[in-house]
Amino acid sequence: MMLELGLNQQPAHTRQGSSIGQPLTRRDGFLKVTGTARYAADNHPPGMLYAVLAVSSIARGRVVSLDIEAAKAHSGVVEVMTPLNRPALAVDPDAKDHPFMFRLDLLQNDGVRYPNQSIAVVIAETLEAATEGAALLSPRYETLPARVGLDGGKSFVPRGVGVGNPAVQEKGDVEAGLESARTRIEAAYETPAQYHNAMEPHAIVAAWDGDQLSIDTPSQGLAMAQGRIAGLFGIAPRNVHIRSPFLGGGFGSKGMISGPQVLGILAARLVGRPVKLVLRREQMYGPVGHRAPARQTLRMGMDGEGRLTALSHHARTTSSTFDDFFEPAADASHTLYASPAIATSHDAVRLDTGTPLFMRAPGEATGSIALESAIDEAAHACGMDPLEFRLRNYAEVEPMTGKPFSSKALRECYEQAAEAFGWASRPLQPRRMRDADGFLTGWGMGTATFPALMFQAEARAVLRADGSGLMETGAQDMGQGAWTAFAQIAADGLGLDIDQVDFRAGSSDLPNAGIAGGSGHTATAGMAIHNAGAAVIARLADLATGNEASPLFGAGNEGVLARGGRLYRRDDESRGESYSEILARAGLAEIEGHGKGAPDPASQETYAKHAHGAVFAEVKVDPDLGQIRVTRLVGAFAAGRVINPRLVRSQYYGGMIWGVSFALHEEAVTDRRSGRIQNANLAEYHVPVNADVPSVEALLVHEDDPHVNALGIKGVGEIGITGTAGAVANAVWHATGVRPRRFPIRIEDLLG
Amino acid sequence: MRDFDFIRPATISDAIAAAAGPGSAYLAGGTNLLDLMKGGITSPERIVDITRLPELNRIETLDDGGLRIGALVRNADLAHDPAFAKAYPAVAEALLSGASAQLRNAATVGGNLLQRTRCSYFYDTASACNRREPGSGCSALGGENRLHAILGWSDACIATHPSDFCVPLVALDTVVEIEGKEGRRHVTLEEFHRLPGDTPQRETMLEPGELIVAVRLPAEAASFAAHARYLKVRERTSYAFAVVSAAAALVVDRGKIRGARLALGGVAAKPWRARSAEAALLGADADEASFVRAADAALADASPSGDNAFKIELARRIVVRALMAAKAGTPERMPALPASPFSSIPGVRHDA
Ligand SMILES: Cc1cc2nc3c(=O)[nH]c(=O)nc-3n(C[C@H](O)[C@H](O)[C@H](O)COP(=O)(O)OP(=O)(O)OC[C@H]3O[C@@H](n4cnc5c(N)ncnc54)[C@H](O)[C@@H]3O)c2cc1C
Ligand code: SF4
Repeated sequence: MMLELGLNQQPAHTRQGSSIGQPLTRRDGFLKVTGTARYAADNHPPGMLYAVLAVSSIARGRVVSLDIEAAKAHSGVVEVMTPLNRPALAVDPDAKDHPFMFRLDLLQNDGVRYPNQSIAVVIAETLEAATEGAALLSPRYETLPARVGLDGGKSFVPRGVGVGNPAVQEKGDVEAGLESARTRIEAAYETPAQYHNAMEPHAIVAAWDGDQLSIDTPSQGLAMAQGRIAGLFGIAPRNVHIRSPFLGGGFGSKGMISGPQVLGILAARLVGRPVKLVLRREQMYGPVGHRAPARQTLRMGMDGEGRLTALSHHARTTSSTFDDFFEPAADASHTLYASPAIATSHDAVRLDTGTPLFMRAPGEATGSIALESAIDEAAHACGMDPLEFRLRNYAEVEPMTGKPFSSKALRECYEQAAEAFGWASRPLQPRRMRDADGFLTGWGMGTATFPALMFQAEARAVLRADGSGLMETGAQDMGQGAWTAFAQIAADGLGLDIDQVDFRAGSSDLPNAGIAGGSGHTATAGMAIHNAGAAVIARLADLATGNEASPLFGAGNEGVLARGGRLYRRDDESRGESYSEILARAGLAEIEGHGKGAPDPASQETYAKHAHGAVFAEVKVDPDLGQIRVTRLVGAFAAGRVINPRLVRSQYYGGMIWGVSFALHEEAVTDRRSGRIQNANLAEYHVPVNADVPSVEALLVHEDDPHVNALGIKGVGEIGITGTAGAVANAVWHATGVRPRRFPIRIEDLLG
Repeated sequence: MRDFDFIRPATISDAIAAAAGPGSAYLAGGTNLLDLMKGGITSPERIVDITRLPELNRIETLDDGGLRIGALVRNADLAHDPAFAKAYPAVAEALLSGASAQLRNAATVGGNLLQRTRCSYFYDTASACNRREPGSGCSALGGENRLHAILGWSDACIATHPSDFCVPLVALDTVVEIEGKEGRRHVTLEEFHRLPGDTPQRETMLEPGELIVAVRLPAEAASFAAHARYLKVRERTSYAFAVVSAAAALVVDRGKIRGARLALGGVAAKPWRARSAEAALLGADADEASFVRAADAALADASPSGDNAFKIELARRIVVRALMAAKAGTPERMPALPASPFSSIPGVRHDA
């Protein structure tokens, strides 16, 4: 509840009475467990029709015919949208003005460039009629051979990977480093295509009123979606109203507005009525992004003491034939381990798939499982304990850039997690431990890391004459707890109790909160909220300190504290008055302030900013049958200031479980001939179930970071998957002596 | 919407009359049928909802000591019936290792026997599939087939039958009670499912319109209660179909095997009764060496149908393990993870 203007760097959760740092339960929890939280597809505006996509069953070619007559003749079908009658767009969906403008399939022609691409939309009075109408289209195709797999095309070096990093980077002389090494390892690791599979499918309810467009749809980036939609339809962004109060998960697949969502809007325009379009599960395997497969080769050299002399990390990845997104997997080797020579490189092939996109620690997750496996191999080759090896190669400055870290409590993470796990008693050699039931038991570890990113956000704060406050920002809650964490920051920013603050988010009509992605939302929108609070308090303080009738007269901004709805003199806390009194005297119903959140360019230049963590895993492996079970996970993470320890722990748990999923479960099985995905459903695309994750522990390691932002927040959303996937793989090796070189780890790889 | 007739008969004979015409399908729990209809894999013109037929809901002990289980008894209800679980522990364990709690609450005995394969090409209507569309070919051959059959497959079809329940049932000489226009008849479960041969579309001995009314466990089936296990290797700890599974049941007397039953799941288009292995076990010492010989006999005719050679070795090992587990004795309580290798490993030295 207390805000000191000119906030010092004391961690908020040690400040008494503050909302920040409290383990509040989710404020939207009640709505969710009672089923009253309204997700996009729960909306039914009057007169609404249902749209269903018809999607291609081939990977590459052309739609030769569609039986539109049959579909239209079906009772209840109102319209069939195809390239022939699709309403005009202001811009070509294949135009690409900037790297984050992804090409969309919006029925611009009869071409097919991946399986499950939209080829028509059937609009009907009922979902059933639209579904049957779509089936009746019975498409015929001209089919070309599909390009499938990591060797499915001619490889090339992409112009940039990830968000535009150079595909090839080198520091020092890797070959010389390898040459001079006492010990060397080289290993290749394959990871499969994975799909985001948020619980909630992409859904949209779109309604036009003239050139005003009203939309309910899940979005991780409302302002970006608003801009993209406005651009496509040639209308002003302010005419596009998007509501997205809750997302049933996003994982990156709802960061950019997707083709099917825009088709819902087009369908509404075509029929002049509101339209709902919800993807079926299998339709999520194509047009809404995925994680590309990768084959990574790591080479490392070590001196006699186990110090790296060279580290080389090459990643082969894939993209679609028509757009560019390249998983920056090798870049995982830039930040973690000190080495005089580091080389990272990428190449890629183009396949007949949808365009890959950001997914659950893009680059870091894929890169981490390979890097952490290779580090484990290197430690073993040197005869060293994996933790000791990592400490021996601990990076005091960012290895690739030489920049100091803004903060780095990784040593503490190693120490606390190792202690909690009981790592010290681990035998060095594999296949040495059995449990009471005779299962092979293995312990493995991995280092977790994720950059502390910030984007751009704005917030608006209001203090009202009745003493309450309002904070507005178009933030997005994918389930991470934004409704709660931001309300906590808002309460502290306004110097109010959390129940006195009205917090509004999840709508594009509110100030732009940037994107809920890159684990940067809490830092970015949180800083906007914090600054908006400071701005409105500063205005309030001006009103008070400038008025002779106020007990605060003459105190000046620096000398005022805001706490519990009152301003106090810093030098004499007996002198203060309530916000209401100040506003009443000024004759104001309310005052407002605005704030921004953005990275500080100067500190960006100076510091390397990353969250860190250490994850320890115990697995049991059946010695004969090869079935694996992770029995224990302990992680310790240092990610700057913790706004809400309960929510943060949940994020770590979630990330760690996705790490198990990466190592043991997830894989899109693609038919090698047709390019079609064979397990596009949640029965056969495996993610962990409860029985796969019997015990998870996440320790929060204290870390003050004076450089990332004034609140000291890094980010916790994605880091958990990194480190964990490798820890599980290393534990499987330690249990069995078999080094996993492809993922997910399969029973046949362990049968021996 | 695709129209179909929906009929809810009150008696078995009404049901059979209603389903007499072509294009009819019985609806039980619907956990498989409705998915198949939504995916366009089957499109019945007439749905005969049998869920209101009271006679099919019973579990009865027969005069000869056998047990008769109505076709509509829900998988969960059967598994949690204490008397049933005590007499046929491997069957209960198999039931509880299948699907999820929600699915087991809905799925029925008859539906479980008649569930279709999980071959992904069977579900993918853009693929060729002889089972779905006779004569169209088999996309699984040369495709993604690491989980396909290793026994009894043909060039026309390499799919497996996915049921867990059926595996111990077939080991225990279960008989399927069928009613049709011509009256009642009995078929052993072993004969009930067909191997694909040239006609993979003919999956069972059921004639069109025939109804499964019950399954019967003979009296002898309960004699294995002290030494009966089901074991299932999966790609996650729960809620996954078997990669390979095995049901083993023994009668052991002073170290000698006096009765042996063995069946495999996930290996063929039918629950696979391993009779040659049973023959090898009878009279042998109840020890690992005998079990290894039995496993070799069970898999003697196995061959990979694709990228699934590992399943042969895995099946061998799971047979040995299931027999070891059966020999060690049925656990007093249902393991927390039914049929999972992680429920316990008998006979393994802890320091091995
Ligand atoms: C996600 C998922 C996971 C699963 N995992 C497993 C697993 O791990 N192990 C496992 O064994 N099973 C598993 N199953 C399959 C499940 O056991 C079957 O779907 C279920 O047993 C079918 O029973 P039902 O009553 O719902 O059948 P329905 O779907 O109603 O019917 C299935 C078929 O049988 C016919 N039929 C039903 N009853 C009769 C009758 N009395 N006489 C004649 N014909 C009849 C129907 O016409 C239909 O063709 C899984 C299913 C799903 C969806
Ligand atoms: S294996 Fe059988 S079910 Fe699968 S595609 Fe071939 S014919 Fe169809």
